[in-house]
Amino acid sequence: MKEIEELFLPDNVRYAETHEWARADGDNMTIGINDYAQDQLGDIVFVELPEIGATFEKGEEFGTLESVKAVSEIYMPVSGEITAINEDLEEAPELVNGEPYNAGWIIEVKPNDPDEINTLMSSSEYLEMLKGGE
Amino acid sequence: MRYLPHTEEDVSSMLRAVGAEDMDDLFSMIPGSCKMDGSLNLPEALTEWELNTLMNNISKKMAVSPAYKIFMGAGSYNHYIPESVSYLLGRSEFSTAYTPYQPEISQGTLQAIYEYQTLVTRLLGMEVANASMYDGASALAEALLMATRVTKRKKVALSGLIHPYYRDVVRTYLEPGNYEIVELPRLENGKTDISGVAGMDDLAAVAIQSPNFFGCIEDLRTTGELAHELGALFVLSFTEPLAYGLFKNPGCQGADIVCGEGQSLGIPQSFGGPGLGMFACRMKHVRNMPGRLVGKTTDMDGRPGFVLTLATREQHIRREKAKSNICTNNSLCALASAMYMASVGGTGIRELASLNYDKTEYLKRGLREAGFVITFDSPTFNEFVVKFGEDFKDTYKKLIEQRIVAGVSLATWYPELSGHYLLCVTETMGRTDMDALIKEVRS
Amino acid sequence: MKELQGASGLIFNEPLLWEKGKKGRRGFSMPRRDVVPSPLDEGLAGDGPDFPDLSEVDIVRHYTRLSQWNFGVDAGMYPLGSCTMKYNPKINEREASLPGFAGAHPLLPQELSQGTLELMYRLEQYLAEITGMDAVTLQPAAGAHGELTGMLLIHAYHKSRDSHRSKIIVPDTAHGTNPASASLCGFNSVPVQSNEKGIISTEAVAAIMDEDTAGIMITNPNTLGLFEENIREIAEIVHSKGGLVYGDGANMNAVMGIVQMGKIGFDVMHLNLHKTFSTPHGGGGPGSGPVCVKAILEPFLPVPRIIKKGGEYLLSGDFPESIGKLQAFYGNFGVMIKACSYIMSMGSEGLKRASQLAVLNANYIKENLKDSLYLPYDKRCMHECVFSDRLQEAEKITTLDMAKRLMDYGFHPPTIYFPLVVHGAMMIEPTETESKEDIDRFIEALKAIVAEAGKDPVLLRRAPTRPKVRRLDETAAARKPRLAG
Repeated sequence: MKEIEELFLPDNVRYAETHEWARADGDNMTIGINDYAQDQLGDIVFVELPEIGATFEKGEEFGTLESVKAVSEIYMPVSGEITAINEDLEEAPELVNGEPYNAGWIIEVKPNDPDEINTLMSSSEYLEMLKGGE
Repeated sequence: MRYLPHTEEDVSSMLRAVGAEDMDDLFSMIPGSCKMDGSLNLPEALTEWELNTLMNNISKKMAVSPAYKIFMGAGSYNHYIPESVSYLLGRSEFSTAYTPYQPEISQGTLQAIYEYQTLVTRLLGMEVANASMYDGASALAEALLMATRVTKRKKVALSGLIHPYYRDVVRTYLEPGNYEIVELPRLENGKTDISGVAGMDDLAAVAIQSPNFFGCIEDLRTTGELAHELGALFVLSFTEPLAYGLFKNPGCQGADIVCGEGQSLGIPQSFGGPGLGMFACRMKHVRNMPGRLVGKTTDMDGRPGFVLTLATREQHIRREKAKSNICTNNSLCALASAMYMASVGGTGIRELASLNYDKTEYLKRGLREAGFVITFDSPTFNEFVVKFGEDFKDTYKKLIEQRIVAGVSLATWYPELSGHYLLCVTETMGRTDMDALIKEVRS
Repeated sequence: MKELQGASGLIFNEPLLWEKGKKGRRGFSMPRRDVVPSPLDEGLAGDGPDFPDLSEVDIVRHYTRLSQWNFGVDAGMYPLGSCTMKYNPKINEREASLPGFAGAHPLLPQELSQGTLELMYRLEQYLAEITGMDAVTLQPAAGAHGELTGMLLIHAYHKSRDSHRSKIIVPDTAHGTNPASASLCGFNSVPVQSNEKGIISTEAVAAIMDEDTAGIMITNPNTLGLFEENIREIAEIVHSKGGLVYGDGANMNAVMGIVQMGKIGFDVMHLNLHKTFSTPHGGGGPGSGPVCVKAILEPFLPVPRIIKKGGEYLLSGDFPESIGKLQAFYGNFGVMIKACSYIMSMGSEGLKRASQLAVLNANYIKENLKDSLYLPYDKRCMHECVFSDRLQEAEKITTLDMAKRLMDYGFHPPTIYFPLVVHGAMMIEPTETESKEDIDRFIEALKAIVAEAGKDPVLLRRAPTRPKVRRLDETAAARKPRLAG
């Protein structure tokens, strides 16, 4: 597993305490899990995705990630409606491991409140949180 | 005791090593209030030879084939088991291993189960089969629960011609979860009347058994089409898988989940257990399937090998959110059935199933000629219902004295069929045995 | 260290069944055809399954070769924690295959099935005596099935009293089957943490037990191999709020003839005949999971029940409050014969001795390995002890690496990564049937492996090298499942 210093935590996304990231793309927001989460989970073998059109509150579980011997829930970093899901993950769940911020994105949502993204942490705040947990 | 290798010297040196004065001291962490007063009141330990005598005597009180001619099926079938199957099954490398958690030293079990899964998919015409479950009845209950997960609906329709005990088990499993069970009536021809489900748009599953409890072959395709129109899964249960050596398999007729009892395939009847819960479904539903699965992969050096896989469905990982609470499979029974299916072979299973069919038809004909009514005119496999009449009870008892058991009375489960009996014939029944039965019931 | 137990011999590669054989071969003696063929409706006839055609010799070689790739108790020590991989006596196999038992039809008229009913009745009596409970059902097919039965009994009990309770307390050390079984009955599992001594404290239960809680599921001895010392007090708290206590008897092998389960507050418990009572595990079943209850739960037991009336044994379904049936027939009778044979061979003294030696063996391993492996709970254990890989963290050697290396030394690895409360857990249950010499060899092997971890960690990361295959790619297996050939 990676040491904290080895993690890739880009500045162009915001971070949730439960290790998801969110990035504003126009009116919508793209959401995935970050480098720390994918590293902790290990090789991801299956991603259970929500249905397009479903709505979730912030903090609500919208899907699961499975490694060989663990299942972990993925939570909404902001409230909103699912507008797209990454269908490539069905055939290639390893994208979440390899490119968590790009090809490994998980869902796209239309947020109820576009400003809610500002309640999430910046990369340095998130890093501090991780270090605090050491 | 011969299973306990410790000498007194071993015991004292080990007690010293762990810092205990004696055996009582070893258990000093148990509060006195939890300890047993005195000793267990069990019979004196028997020697190997005494145990043999006792078990011989108890087992001799049983009426079994071939001394008795038992025309009884109803979920448990007497078929010949090749000696090679029993012999191979006794290999302790198979029997004294546990669930293959460590694949490197469990490849024997794993490849054998992979082969079993494959043979089951071929027999039933399905895409994926699990490593097996407890028995046909609990497999049906699990299938219905799976259908409720897939469809997110809570109502299931169950044919009244599914084995009555299977329906009992389904009721037990479904009782606490606020599920609704609709029971489908029967037609005059001994098949299920599925017309009642039309319009029920909240059904998770339509479940029928074929051959059904009366031995009749159901209309699978029609049932499947109706279920699918309603957005429900078509669940097919069975008690006699040998039928699919001869009849069209459920997979090619639209079944979504096929589950049933595999005892017929090389497993002794053993008073009803252990059996073999066979369970197969469409690949698209595999992540909702209960039970263990073995998959093919490669090792570090690129050699083929097998592992338990898709374990995230299971209780040891998902705990309260697991798809089922089942922990292991009935592995040794699955192995027996794989050995049996391989021994009989593709050509052989057809011939064997035909022989079973022809023998049953022979008895049907004989009884008809003797003046009895065969209750249902639908095609059957191995089993059929005959009307012997209300006053047959005395004859039934007299036949037992002649070591013939003339089937199972249906009165217990179907009061309207009082005087009707469910008879079973397999390849183990000779023509002379059937002639004897016909002669005796005629007189 | 003496010569390693693990050696490499000649084993064979063997293809899949359907890669062998030729059309027209047969491994089955086709019974004589003494009747004429009958016509069959063409619309109903299928093509028959695509099975390979093999000779008897093909079959025997195939499965003999496969068997040689397996490790079983008959080959060596199999210290799989909480699975009780004790020796499986051979005489029990003989009794189970007696024609009167193996050939018995389950629906035979009662006068023709007195033998099987007598045997089941006897076994029920023995199990009631061993546990100190009032009544027994033999119907559940396995431990998890027994748990389900127990939960259904508790559900039915509360329902009969017009009480609808939604929760059940489950300790964090419990087997996954516990919460999964509870869920099947619609109960939400409420976890309770074990304390710094590895057991459940009375206060922790008191804090969460309420009148919406149906009861508690508790494994005793627990999966850390420790006796739940507060069990009586915990049971009192649960009972005082109208709840019931479910005992998971997976670890009964530690306490036969020593603890009376009926006395420590259990209302219902299951046993695993394939663990405690020596029946073979069969590569993962069939097992048998009888459930024993106190009198208050007896009316709800599954039907049919075996009754003795004037010297005759009967099956009776006349129990209106029963939860119903769990299997089509009466349970795994073939397994019951073996367990009954075991109890009759061991007797009261033998069973108690077995538990004593099981506990002695586990403590002996614990004492001898605690300087080499981290022991999270350093106290007297029951029939199993739990270590972890904490001392090997510096070398980045994990429990998995050590487990795999044990294979090269000729031992089956212990249970690993369970219980979840110990990070990197290694749970060792030697059972009573391992001799001191074999246990000494096992200890030596683990010590040698720990030494290797310091000197040559690559050896462990690349292990095993001696079995037929090396570490397998489980990730690929799960990403692209290939489940049939």
